[in-house]
Formats: sequence, C-alpha cells, structure tokens
Amino acid sequence: MLKEENRIFHNIHGFKDLSLAGARSRGDWDGTKELIQKGREWLIEEVKNSGLRGRGGAGFSTGMKWSFMPKEVGDRPHYLVVNADEGEPGTCKDREILRHEPHKLLEGSLLAGAAMGANAAYCYVRGEFYRETEALQRAVDEARDAGLIGKNACGSGWDFEFHLHRGAGAYICGEESALIESLEGKKGQPRMKPPFPANVGLYGCPTTVNNVESIAVVPDILRRGAGWFASLGKPNNTGTKLFAISGHVETPCVVEEEMGITLRELVDKHGGGVRGGWDNLLAVIPGGSSVPVVPKSLCDTLCMDFDSCRDAQSGLGTAAVIVMDNSTDIVAGIARLSRFYMHESCGQCTPCREGTGWMSRMMERMVTGSASIEEIDLLEEITRQVEGHTICALGDAAAWPIQGLIRHFRPVMEKRINDYQATRNEQAA
Amino acid sequence: MSSEAEAVQQPDSFSFSAENQGRVKTEIGKYPDGRQASAVMPLLDLAQRQNNGWLPRAAMDHVAELLGMPPIRVYEVATFYTMYNLKPVGKHHVQVCTNLSCWLRGSDDVITTCRRVLGVDVGQTTEDGMFTLSEAECLGACSNAPMMQIGDDYYEDLDMGTTQAILTKLREGGVPDPGPQIGRRGAEPMQRDHAKNQAAEGEDA
Repeated sequence: MLKEENRIFHNIHGFKDLSLAGARSRGDWDGTKELIQKGREWLIEEVKNSGLRGRGGAGFSTGMKWSFMPKEVGDRPHYLVVNADEGEPGTCKDREILRHEPHKLLEGSLLAGAAMGANAAYCYVRGEFYRETEALQRAVDEARDAGLIGKNACGSGWDFEFHLHRGAGAYICGEESALIESLEGKKGQPRMKPPFPANVGLYGCPTTVNNVESIAVVPDILRRGAGWFASLGKPNNTGTKLFAISGHVETPCVVEEEMGITLRELVDKHGGGVRGGWDNLLAVIPGGSSVPVVPKSLCDTLCMDFDSCRDAQSGLGTAAVIVMDNSTDIVAGIARLSRFYMHESCGQCTPCREGTGWMSRMMERMVTGSASIEEIDLLEEITRQVEGHTICALGDAAAWPIQGLIRHFRPVMEKRINDYQATRNEQAA
Repeated sequence: MSSEAEAVQQPDSFSFSAENQGRVKTEIGKYPDGRQASAVMPLLDLAQRQNNGWLPRAAMDHVAELLGMPPIRVYEVATFYTMYNLKPVGKHHVQVCTNLSCWLRGSDDVITTCRRVLGVDVGQTTEDGMFTLSEAECLGACSNAPMMQIGDDYYEDLDMGTTQAILTKLREGGVPDPGPQIGRRGAEPMQRDHAKNQAAEGEDA
C-alpha cells in the first residue's frame, strides 16, 4: 500500500486548489531552474536510473527513449509531443492529470524538453476532452504569465513553448506515429518504422512522444531522486502508478498506488471490493481493452506490474482494471471490444482493415452461438493472421482479447454453440 | 466525399465570423512557418461550431483555401475523424458510450432511456431538431460509467432516472449540471446511494 509521503499526485481527485498557487503549495515548480541547469545528460540519466517505464501501455524505459534523441540540436529543431489522446477502453487516468494536476504535466514537459533539447512541445488531447483542455489551457496561461514557460523559462535560460492541439475522435491517434501524422494535419494513419520518431518525427524533425502520466511524474523523480522512485514498487517495475478501476466493483475510481500491488488489494481497498464479494469475480482485464482477459483463478494472486501481468499472459497496459463479476456475458463483452477495433481500424493495412471486420462478425455469432465448434479454431487462426502483420499494434490489440477469451473461456463458447444447436433442433422437431 | 454529405442541403459559401478570424490566427500561430496545415483540425472544429454543429462542404473549401491545402486533403481529414459531422445534427448531440466499462454498468439502460425519452433511435434526430442520439466509442471516463457526452460536457455515473432528468431539463431549455450524477466530484471512490437514486427515479416518473 502506498505510503502518504510517497504519493506524487496529491490532487488527483480535484478537491484542492487547482491554481498555480495551489500547485506550488503542493511542491510543484520548486527548484525547476536548478534542475534544468544540471544539464541534459544528468536529466536523462536520472530518469533512466529511476526505472520509469512508459505509462501509455508499452512500458518502455522513458529515460532510454529520451536518450535516442540526437545529442546535439542541428538544423532541425527537436520536439516533445505529449500524448493525451486517452481512449483505450477502461482508461481514464490521464484525464485526471489534465484537469486536476495540469502543473505537474507542464513542469514535466519543460524538464523533458530541456533533457531532449526541445524548445517546443505539442500536447495532443483527445477532442472529446473539451473541459479538460480548458483546464490545461488555464494552467498554461498561468505558467506563461508567471514566466515558468516561454522565453527563458523559470529563469533557466531555456526557451520553452507549450501548445495544445485537440484531436477529433480517432482512437488510432494514440499510436505515436499516427498522432504525429494527425498533428501535421493529415489522416491519423501510422507510419512505417524505421525511421523512428527520435530521428524523423514531427515535420521530419527529431521527436519524442510520451504519455501524460510518464511526463507528469518526472518533476518528482528529479526532485526526490531516482533512488527514491526506484525504491518503490518492484525491481524493473518501479514507482507509483495511477490505476483506473471500472466495471463490477462497489466504488469505481482512479487511484495512485505502488507498482506491484496485488490486484485483490487494489480492488478491495480502493474499488470497495467486487460486487457480491471476491468469490463473485469472473475475470479481470488488467490493462485496458487491448490486453487479454485474466480469469479469477489467476486474479487471486496477480500483482499489478508489467512483468507479473506479462507472466499471466496478459499485460499491465495502461493499468485500467476492468472488473467483471459472474453475471457478465464474457463472450458479449469481448465481442463489444471486437466491434470497437473494427470501428477504429484506420484501414491502412489489409490484415487489420479486413481482419477486424471478420473477427467482429464472427464474435457476434459467438455471442448467440450461431456458429460451429470448429469456427472457434478458425477465429483463433484469424487472430494469428492479423497479429504481427500490420504497421502498428492495433491489429495485435484486436487479436489479443479474442485469444484471451478462447484460452480461458473456450468451454463457455462451446456451450453457447451447443445450446444454440439444441434449441434449433428442438424447434425443427 | 461520401454520398452522405452530398445528400444534405449544402450552403453556397462559408466564411469565419470576425470573432473567429482572431481564433484562426491564434491556431495557425501555434505551428512553425510553412506548417500551417497542422491547423486544419482546429479550424474545421471552429467552422463546425460556427455552423450549428456540422461541417458543410463550403467550410472545408474555405479552410483549404486559408491553409493553402488541396481541398481533397481537407476532405480526407473531415471524413476520417468522427467528431466532424458532415450533416446537420440536433441542437444537443447526445453521445452515449456503450463500450465495455459503460456496458458493464448499464449503458444499455442509458440508451433505452434516451430512445424512450427522445422518441428516436440511435443515429436519428428528433423532428424539432433539438436532439441527435448517437452511440459513442469509449469516451475515457470509465471509472464514472455509464456516461454520455452532450455538447462539450460529460454526464457521468448515470442510471435511468438521472438520464431522463438530464434530457427533460434540456428539452425544457434548462442547463443540467454536468459531471457525476451521484454526488461525487470526480473519480474518487464513493459508494452509490442506491436508495437515494431510487427515490429520484420515483420523482421523475
């Protein structure tokens, strides 16, 4: 359980003063100038040593990502792009930072910009977060008026502009290269890699795209030290994390906890427990819609960190915990996700454009049972044909929930099909 | 351009209001010289807001001209993103999230209530032009499920009673309080008061 003194987000629920003065009273913008003046190398090393892994889902080392940017700024300017295109079903943590802790994001952006040689940041906020964008814009205006960003930010000698860019309703723009395309004024279709954004990103310039939460924890890491952050959580899974708990719990919420907390403790202490008690649990999706479902038998001992979730053949993803009790039609639930991926496929790669449609239509039939038992294997085969055969990870994300369903709930699918056949036979007789 | 956009009555011309021309400048100013195409999304949004919530062809052409883009590039953007409406929508665009987290907590009830109260199906607009009902993909408020977006505001922690109350208030010209409808501020843990909710439902009925 997270100790109070180790908490990073003191106002995540928005009960305290949201203004700059309020943020400062909680420790934000304290000694920012001195941190910047320690230099690029120190900033990157410190974030690397903290063990911070990207909070957007993939879990790649944030400091390592920064170190891929060119050492010197040449003819092409460097850019920081903040990914606030939160839209992974189950995920609603960045929203709380945008509207309740915007100064952590701004200060983190400035520090990240200084670390990677970027004088400008673009923050791409999903279009539906209109009120959240307003809240962040208020913070930007306050920070600019106070000289914390802009020319000679915080008196550090570093110039730093922070711009907001609203999206317009496309899940795929959460993928970093699609986001860059969108920011350039195009359809959000992912780019082939390489070249990677650190080499050729926004406007063909070196760019790093980071999740909101990854950036917002940077000031605390730098102030309190890499060692402090690394001492929290587990080795290779350090620090604190925002968890979004949704679905069949008594008190759904967004909460900060230490990495590696057990799923059960997280759900019981903060979610108020599973509706009807822990034994009424059917399954959990631990990291947003893109990761495979975990059945109750594995939930009993699951720890909420990158490596533990991977060992359970799932993933921590965005740490969006979707809880489903025994009343859930799990086939219908996963079918809903398949419909989502069909809707959100950008249409660029054939396996994903066609495959998400095939998978969704087969899943709809699995819900009623209007299928043959062999089609379960066929469905699995299609997921394998989509997975790994597309430019971006949306194809994988569409495949994994179905693979998880078949892996853990095949008997439910078979029973559905057999019952359907039996009813048909009765009607015929 | 889709046949959907062709089917509606398109105005002959579009230009930004004096007030919005200032905003256009601000938006374009966010991006480096020669990269003004980056402003296509904010400008389309601005045009849509000025034009009662939908984007006519003339507005896309105007944005293309302002930004020095071939019109087809602007059409591509306008048709790719779901928030651009290519045909007229009601004064209140009611978008109900039906994705997994909302579905688990009763988004079917929210949709059913919307259909019953508004008298239209998903994808339709009421005859008086007051409401358009849509189903939305995950709107990123999953710990406050089920929820819907109306205009720029989120209405969260809904049930049948509160959904009906919100729609009724809008129909009567009122402004319902956005945000969670169970008395919490945001996404902090809070027990739902089932008894109180049932009482509220009774009042509405």
